[in-house]
Amino acid sequence: MNDAVPSAAASAVASAAVAARLDHPAAGALARRHRWRWFEALPWIAAVAFYFAFPDYLGFGAELLIAILFALSLDLALGYAGIITLGHAAFFGAGAYTVGLLAFHDIWTEPVSSLVIAALVAAAVGLASGLVLLRTRGLTLLMLTLCTMALLQEAANMAHDVTGGFDGLPSLPIAPVFGRFEFNPLYADTQYLFSLGVLAACFFGVRTLVYSPFGQSLTGIRENLLRMHAVGSPVQRRLLVCYAISAGVAGIAGGLWAQTNAYVNLSALDLDRAATVLIILILGGYGRLYGAFVGALAYMLLSHFLAKVYPTAWQLGLGLMLVTIALFARNGILGIGEALARRLRGARRNSG
Amino acid sequence: MINGIDIASMILGGLSAGTVLFIVSVGLSVTMGLMGFVNLAHGAFAMVGGYVIVLAMNRLHVDFAAALALGFVATAALSIVLERALYRRLYRANELDQVLFTIGLIFIFIAAITLVVGPDSQTLQLPPSLEGQLNLGFMRYRTYSIFLIAVGLMIVSGIWLVFERTRLGAQIRATVDNRRMAESLGINVGRLFTVTFAFGSGMAALGGGLGAEFLGLDPQYALKYLVYFLIAVSVGGLGSVTGVYCASLLIGTLDFVLKLYLPKGGTMFIYALTILLLLWRPQGLFGRRDA
Repeated sequence: MNDAVPSAAASAVASAAVAARLDHPAAGALARRHRWRWFEALPWIAAVAFYFAFPDYLGFGAELLIAILFALSLDLALGYAGIITLGHAAFFGAGAYTVGLLAFHDIWTEPVSSLVIAALVAAAVGLASGLVLLRTRGLTLLMLTLCTMALLQEAANMAHDVTGGFDGLPSLPIAPVFGRFEFNPLYADTQYLFSLGVLAACFFGVRTLVYSPFGQSLTGIRENLLRMHAVGSPVQRRLLVCYAISAGVAGIAGGLWAQTNAYVNLSALDLDRAATVLIILILGGYGRLYGAFVGALAYMLLSHFLAKVYPTAWQLGLGLMLVTIALFARNGILGIGEALARRLRGARRNSG
Repeated sequence: MINGIDIASMILGGLSAGTVLFIVSVGLSVTMGLMGFVNLAHGAFAMVGGYVIVLAMNRLHVDFAAALALGFVATAALSIVLERALYRRLYRANELDQVLFTIGLIFIFIAAITLVVGPDSQTLQLPPSLEGQLNLGFMRYRTYSIFLIAVGLMIVSGIWLVFERTRLGAQIRATVDNRRMAESLGINVGRLFTVTFAFGSGMAALGGGLGAEFLGLDPQYALKYLVYFLIAVSVGGLGSVTGVYCASLLIGTLDFVLKLYLPKGGTMFIYALTILLLLWRPQGLFGRRDA
């Protein structure tokens, strides 16, 4: 969607000049960057169509929507701010355990406000860990995010009396949505629509954020850290805020996961989960909002239908796919699509 | 009441576990320091080597030493092929691509082992000469643990000698310090990478085989112990052989002692310690800030 992204300073200057010189092609392109395009309606149309077309698969659908939301949260940190993390499941787990503990001990079972609390707790974890972790880069950052997640998992394992340890917290009571719509794994349609609503709300939030000057400065930090320091951007603070927001969204995904499954266990904080969300995002294409949608759809479909029948073949195929993407298609499925579209357009221009 | 013998046996147990950690991780440290490559699939080489060693002993009845040599050579050969064909293309790529590529390799290895050998855990049958107890004068302890500690000492001094006293070692140190300068002095950096990568993978294979006795060996090995290998390398400092040795022994001993006294929270303590250490010294205990 957007290849050449200017620095924050440039975009600030541009937005000041937009009013005066919208007729200039460059200024016009900048001002129009965030406008809605026709294809952005497609995922939502597809999601609603899915509801009517596959009433038997709504449980799977909710799972898919949660995967999209989790991948979207990672996209904010990894795709936009360039924070390479192997421990994003830490925040997923923080959100899941927040919802789980509140429900299991009968403190708070209302689903919408539970998710808000989950987001706040996960964001607080993100803020606290980000304060120390984000001072590092590269391999050290990778290791620290990994260790933080492992630390949380061990803590959850150890606090057996509160968290249920290895067995987790089973059969969570979740109150009806808005006090009316029954919410448990027997009511897959409520779960699907609720998840869709939460995803839509979060997506609009993330989209607005990404196209805001704040989002632009994140891209600037990813592309050229030195220059962002030089133009006086508060790099550290921006990264920290982005990390916390990303953690909050991941927390919502985790909370939603706990609600729809009506249980929480240690798998919420697993390296497997962190690796899977990374794979989903890269598969779809990172730093482009819709990569999370495409990647989650491709991954979940393949794993749902293949992994159960041929688990080993699925693992082999997944490995080959990752190696191929890393070597040849660094922008994922969406990147391949964009390259094809560019080539088609070029061919048409040449022939015409 | 803890007496001296208990403490000594705890330390010996920890040191032997740490030695295995060192033998597996040393190659990872050198390749990461030398090439700046985040090779998460290093544990997969240890797994492949371990399988070659254990299967050679169990099914072909090769003796222990020959099986170890076979594992080293086979894994090193496999790693040369992979390095020449695939790894090479990603040396200049960013960490994300390297992480993704090596995670993919892990999955491929896990699936391949499951398909070829099966999902069950393999057990290593020690040769009779290494079983039983050894009289140390003041106490008796498992012969195999003492053997491991001795092998580890031999390996670390061998690698140290190569690093400090040979032309190859000088070339490696020069390339870790400043790759472009080393290249312009006529050092064949590409060949150096291949040689060290193969050697590191071969060492990992030895570690996989030697540690199979108490770490077990199943297709999930490559993922299960990955965090430990990475911690040993990043705590020790990238590219520092003595650093990884000290860090591995430290982690091994801590893990051993903590598992005895805090069977539940021991691992958590190691993670917390690693985080604190990396925040204090991002380059690790023995790494240099500029390297």
